[in-house]
Amino acid sequence: MSDAPRSFQEIILRLQSYWAGKGCAVLQPYDMEVGAGTFHPATTLRALGPNPWTAAYVQPSRRPTDGRYGENPNRLQHYYQYQVLIKPSPPDLQDLYLGSLRAIGIDMDLHDIRFVEDDWESPTLGAWGLGWEVWCDGMEVSQFTYFQQVGGHDCHPVSGELTYGLERLAMYVLGIDHVMDMPFNASDATIPLTYGDVFRQTEEEYARWNFDTADTAMLLEHFNQAEAHCAEILSRPALDPKTGKRIVMAHPAYDQCIKASHIFNLLDARGVISVTERQAYIGRVRTLAKACADAFLQTRAGGWTDAA
Amino acid sequence: MSDLLIELLSEEIPARMQRRAADDLRRLVTDGLVDAGLTYAGAVAHCTPRRLALSVQGLTDRSPTTTEERRGPRTDAPDKAIDGFLRGVGMTRDQLDIVDDKKGQVYLARITRKGRDAPAIVAEVLEATIRDFPWPKSMRWGSGSLRWVRPLRSILCILTNDEGAQVAPLDVHGIVAGDTTEGHRFMAPDRFRVTSFDDYEARLKRAKVVLSSQDRADAIWQEATNQAFAAGLEVVEDAGLLAEVAGLVEWPVVLMGRIDEAFLGLPPEVLQTSMKEHQKFFSVRDRDGRIVRFITVANRETADDGATILAGNGRVLSARLADARFFWENDLRVAQDEKMEPWIASLANVTFHAKLGSQRERIDRIAALAREIAPAVGADPDLAERAARLAKADLSSEMVYEFPELQGLMGRYYAEAAGEAREVAAAAQEHYSPLGPSDDVPTAPVSVAVALADKLDTLAGFWAIDEKPTGSKDPYALRRAALGVVRLILSSQTSANLRPIIVRASRQDIEWQRLKGRADATRKAPSEAADATLPQQQLQHASSGDDCEPEEYGAILAQDLLTFLHDRLKQHLRDEGIRHDVIDACLTGDRTDDLADLVARARALNAVLATPDGENLVQGYKRAANLLAQAETADGVEYSYGAERKLAETDEERAMFDALEAARPKIDAALAAEDYPAAMAALADLRGPIDAFFEAVQVNSDNAIVRRNRLNLLSEIVRTCTRIADLSRIGG
Repeated sequence: MSDAPRSFQEIILRLQSYWAGKGCAVLQPYDMEVGAGTFHPATTLRALGPNPWTAAYVQPSRRPTDGRYGENPNRLQHYYQYQVLIKPSPPDLQDLYLGSLRAIGIDMDLHDIRFVEDDWESPTLGAWGLGWEVWCDGMEVSQFTYFQQVGGHDCHPVSGELTYGLERLAMYVLGIDHVMDMPFNASDATIPLTYGDVFRQTEEEYARWNFDTADTAMLLEHFNQAEAHCAEILSRPALDPKTGKRIVMAHPAYDQCIKASHIFNLLDARGVISVTERQAYIGRVRTLAKACADAFLQTRAGGWTDAA
Repeated sequence: MSDLLIELLSEEIPARMQRRAADDLRRLVTDGLVDAGLTYAGAVAHCTPRRLALSVQGLTDRSPTTTEERRGPRTDAPDKAIDGFLRGVGMTRDQLDIVDDKKGQVYLARITRKGRDAPAIVAEVLEATIRDFPWPKSMRWGSGSLRWVRPLRSILCILTNDEGAQVAPLDVHGIVAGDTTEGHRFMAPDRFRVTSFDDYEARLKRAKVVLSSQDRADAIWQEATNQAFAAGLEVVEDAGLLAEVAGLVEWPVVLMGRIDEAFLGLPPEVLQTSMKEHQKFFSVRDRDGRIVRFITVANRETADDGATILAGNGRVLSARLADARFFWENDLRVAQDEKMEPWIASLANVTFHAKLGSQRERIDRIAALAREIAPAVGADPDLAERAARLAKADLSSEMVYEFPELQGLMGRYYAEAAGEAREVAAAAQEHYSPLGPSDDVPTAPVSVAVALADKLDTLAGFWAIDEKPTGSKDPYALRRAALGVVRLILSSQTSANLRPIIVRASRQDIEWQRLKGRADATRKAPSEAADATLPQQQLQHASSGDDCEPEEYGAILAQDLLTFLHDRLKQHLRDEGIRHDVIDACLTGDRTDDLADLVARARALNAVLATPDGENLVQGYKRAANLLAQAETADGVEYSYGAERKLAETDEERAMFDALEAARPKIDAALAAEDYPAAMAALADLRGPIDAFFEAVQVNSDNAIVRRNRLNLLSEIVRTCTRIADLSRIGG
């Protein structure tokens, strides 16, 4: 296969250019710590309301409990997701998706691609959808979801969401068994770097911090502060007294929701949240997510128009 | 006559929903057609991952024109009544006929419904079917509001007769029915036209789609067994997996691959479960039962004969098994070096039920109970207690966290690794059994003791918090647990009085709750704490005050629970051909908590009832009992003073005395030996004398002394007959 990509970054670049070619706005990662690409406001908030939307982006994602000090061949506490969201979901979304696999060098005539039932639910976002995990030769390479509800609101129209776990997908395409051995840039570059050159050390550092060092008392306080501030932001009247404009602060409030969610994940990794408390924390984050969704629907991007 | 063909092509339908969906499609469409006045000869539905298809043969071309007559009010009825009738039938007054009726002259509406052509009816029925389809979970997509399991892409709906195929005029949310479909997503994606079901099935096959799921399953199984056989191996049967895999492919291609040597040391069950759950692979074993290969089913043919697909699947499997081996090795360390102690300790953090405490607390109760039960089932009490303490340790292991279905089995491996006694290790696996009516029942005494203790603690616990099964609701599977108790006792021939054991179990649970209630009370407001300690409404009087001892309502719970066990026993024995009333008849005396004894009596009684002697004995007994009851009620006396032979007047009377005399020692001896068939036989011997007695003797003699003596004799007959069972409860 002369068309085969040779590095991790080439796979990302090909996905970027493929989806750009299909008309997606190629966004940049959200500048906050999130557990998955879905948390990016370009997905969570933009899936709400009547306005059409189409976006693709890489999102660094953090799952503190998955840290293995860089030793596990495919578990990382920091990894990349590639995320596509199109609203309304186009009728040929499956074909568009398959095209993206071809673009990164997967030959449909040699591989066995399957759509296997997998319903998606995010209790923290009050969101769910139906779809599949996509298998390539028995390996899950993507999640494919038709959003039905986000932040407790029915999605009208429905967004189609594609999520690629980039490391795993790239390892498969490149034939690599340990993520740290994967070429990040081309192996014949002047200074060739592997994934391990870039991330092995940070995996160690964060694993130690996540599991043993993060200050739980401080984190608990931050969680409470984020929760309180989110509510405070949303409690402000829509009309800004300074500018005289109608400014509903859905995004700043949602930032606090993202913050709370990530802090919860950190606390979970520190093992200070019991089984019963877990549900309560998830419920608190969900309350924030729902309030932010409510607020977003009061903005122009969320479909709000002057009644007059 | 026409043949109807429907195909609903969608994005991939979950495998587990396909079969049911095909059945629903057939039922809803054919019911709708019949309701609309059409008839048909036969109907078959099919499903693949992307399509539901229905073929209806011999469909009539038109529904018949029908006339319905509806009688209305009298012609001189108030206008209001007549107008109401007109609205109901949708007619005007001049369209009505007038006929004579008993009531006088009444209006008659003749409502004619014109017949309609099949295509219009089909379109209407199919549209309604699609709109109201009973998917377990459905979704919307794009900007539409139509719901389907996944986006619905096209509808094929044609009626075929000698003149050709005709498309039914149907448009569901912009999806217009046609006469075309697509082949395999990757191998033959082009659209093509079809003219009939046979044509459809044949063209699909050419387009790399096998329509029938049964055909796909058969092909997979045949190819899999062939490949395994050729390598001197055998595929592990798994009907559920076969059905699921047949629902994941339209064009099955079977590929067999090797499992890396490095993983062959894992328990075969772990290999099998990991391959099945994560990868939907079949396991292939060698002659020694070791799992050495896997079989995967691809959805396509490739130029390299599946080499790339197989290599990819092999790599994914290796990664999965590396995880499994990691769990296995970590778990073995905990088992060997720490004797599973950390697992048992951590079960204190696992809630079994909010009102019944943690798994750890539950294990303490089960261990105490197992110790108590042990002697009755022939188990060593120390081993039974040890086994109960370890039986659930594996719930904390990494392997069981990953594969919950391996609980018990892993416990056995780990207990063996920890150097526990063989019986103790076996109990870890076997104490969950029997899980269903057809599941094997453990026979090893230690396993039986732990299994009984586990189930009885569960039952007593949920009884104590008043979470008994009601109607069809049984969220904690308590009926299954009770049936398990019944089967364990019967199959192990355990002759034990359950009552004290149940009382002990209930008491433990109540005591535990009470302690917990007290602990809560120190934290909560008193009123809330009181609520927390009230396990059951009927027991409020008993539980609300500290003056009541747990024994008191332990006994009440035990009786209620015993009745529940008796109900399970009746159901269980019904399969054996033993009627409810026979068991009811045996539910007398003070040994009804000894289920083995109860069943022995029921079997003996049942056997006798099947003979003419037995049947007539029951009649004779009932006659005696009725006469006696009448006389006792009328006279206000109880005739139980003993009859005297010297007062007997007839030979039949004397023979009755003799027969009772002869039967009593036999019955006594048989009962003492618990030989119920012999006791029943002795009882059945009374049938002749009783029949003869009633034939010849007038009980209500004019002579008061003779009468009293005869009634006392009846009383003895009745008492003798009820030594083994209460024959009055026998129906018929």
